[in-house]
Amino acid sequence: MVVIRTVNVSEVEKTVAQLCIEANCSLGIDVIDALNKASSQETSGIGAEIFKQLIENAEIADSEKIPVCQDTGFAIVFLEIGQEVHLTGGDLTEAVNNGVKTGYTEGFLRKSMVRDPLDRANTGDNTPAIIHTQIVPGDNIRITLAPKGGGSENMSSLKMLKPAEGVEGVKAFIIETIRNAGPNPCPPIVVGIGIGGSMEKAALMSKYALTRELGKPSPDAETSRLEQQLLEQINNTGIGPQGLGGKVTALAVHIERFATHIASLPVAVNISCHAYRHKTVVL
Amino acid sequence: MARYSLTTPLEDKDIEKLKAGDMVTISGTIFTARDAAHKKLVDLINQEKDLPVNLKGQIIYYAGPAPAKPGYVIGSVGPTTSGRMDSYTVPLLEKGLKGMIGKGSRSKEVKQGLCRHGAVYFAAIGGAAALLSKKVKACKVRAYPELGPEAIYELEVEEFPVYVINDIHGSDLYSQCLNKSSV
Repeated sequence: MVVIRTVNVSEVEKTVAQLCIEANCSLGIDVIDALNKASSQETSGIGAEIFKQLIENAEIADSEKIPVCQDTGFAIVFLEIGQEVHLTGGDLTEAVNNGVKTGYTEGFLRKSMVRDPLDRANTGDNTPAIIHTQIVPGDNIRITLAPKGGGSENMSSLKMLKPAEGVEGVKAFIIETIRNAGPNPCPPIVVGIGIGGSMEKAALMSKYALTRELGKPSPDAETSRLEQQLLEQINNTGIGPQGLGGKVTALAVHIERFATHIASLPVAVNISCHAYRHKTVVL
Repeated sequence: MARYSLTTPLEDKDIEKLKAGDMVTISGTIFTARDAAHKKLVDLINQEKDLPVNLKGQIIYYAGPAPAKPGYVIGSVGPTTSGRMDSYTVPLLEKGLKGMIGKGSRSKEVKQGLCRHGAVYFAAIGGAAALLSKKVKACKVRAYPELGPEAIYELEVEEFPVYVINDIHGSDLYSQCLNKSSV
């Protein structure tokens, strides 16, 4: 017999608030390691200097609990809720948004959300969060908070390719997107890619790919090879740290793939800046 | 590549010597403004009204700071993407603006405007916002407090580090870097 676990949404609210502050002020060890590694590989003088400053910036932010970047972003929240969990005590969406409100206010984080894309009035508390919920087996709730800056989000792109364009077409579109982005998304970047599915599935996969531990290869060998090839190609563009030239334009490429329609080959490219922010808690 | 220290307001002789790729530290007063404040400034210019700040010889920093923690002068404050301000830039150059600090490429119209009006575009390190906040010694809202992080702030900065991207001679550091690429 399945035992239903009861979780009060106030637990979710508290966790989200705490994750907002942690994710914005303290880069994960995966990011710090990647910056250190890239710093030793960068041969451009300006590039090496930039890495030094990015690492110093991360240390100041972590020790003083101030945000790594002033753009503390959209609050992107991935919820994986076990099907044996019964949520009580109120509305889950409201709980997540209350958590964001508390985290961004008490953490002195910037409020960047406007209530409507056309009238553009600031909501004043960085809500609403962008919430993606999935029901999974088990009785846990996995909450990932990935603040996402506007500058790199704006350089992201999606295209519905023809199946005949194949893997070469996919690569060409990704490289074109990165070259068009140039210095704007704050390189060194992390590139999240979704290939397949429908239009919205590809976009969502490209975002989800940006919650993966930095540089962890795809478990699928062929996908992992494609990630490596693309990383090399991107780092050959010469864009470099901050677009000021150099060997390291991207720290990693993360690809997610999914089944698609006989007529379709969707590709989504979601670019993250070097402040690759993501924190996860399992309740 | 040369290194210079400049103090605002900038004079023509300060700007004439700068070349794309130079590293500059800036001290003195600079003003923040981003999308919403730019729209308001250009609306005032179109209505032939006075601006809330005198831009002659000044630098605008494209930035919207995070709120200051208690005991802090300002929150983290790095540059935002400059390209969003391109369509508002030439009217401000006509008002005497001499420098802009941001990140990312500018339009052809802006680059031509820099040559015509003797002004320069600098980039600060995007995402080094905690570090850059340490270069800000004083901060007050000068206009549009209702815009929150998008208000115009007057900052007193000391040795604020930037790179020259576009100089008055038409050089562009970003395209110089890309030309070296192997693609």
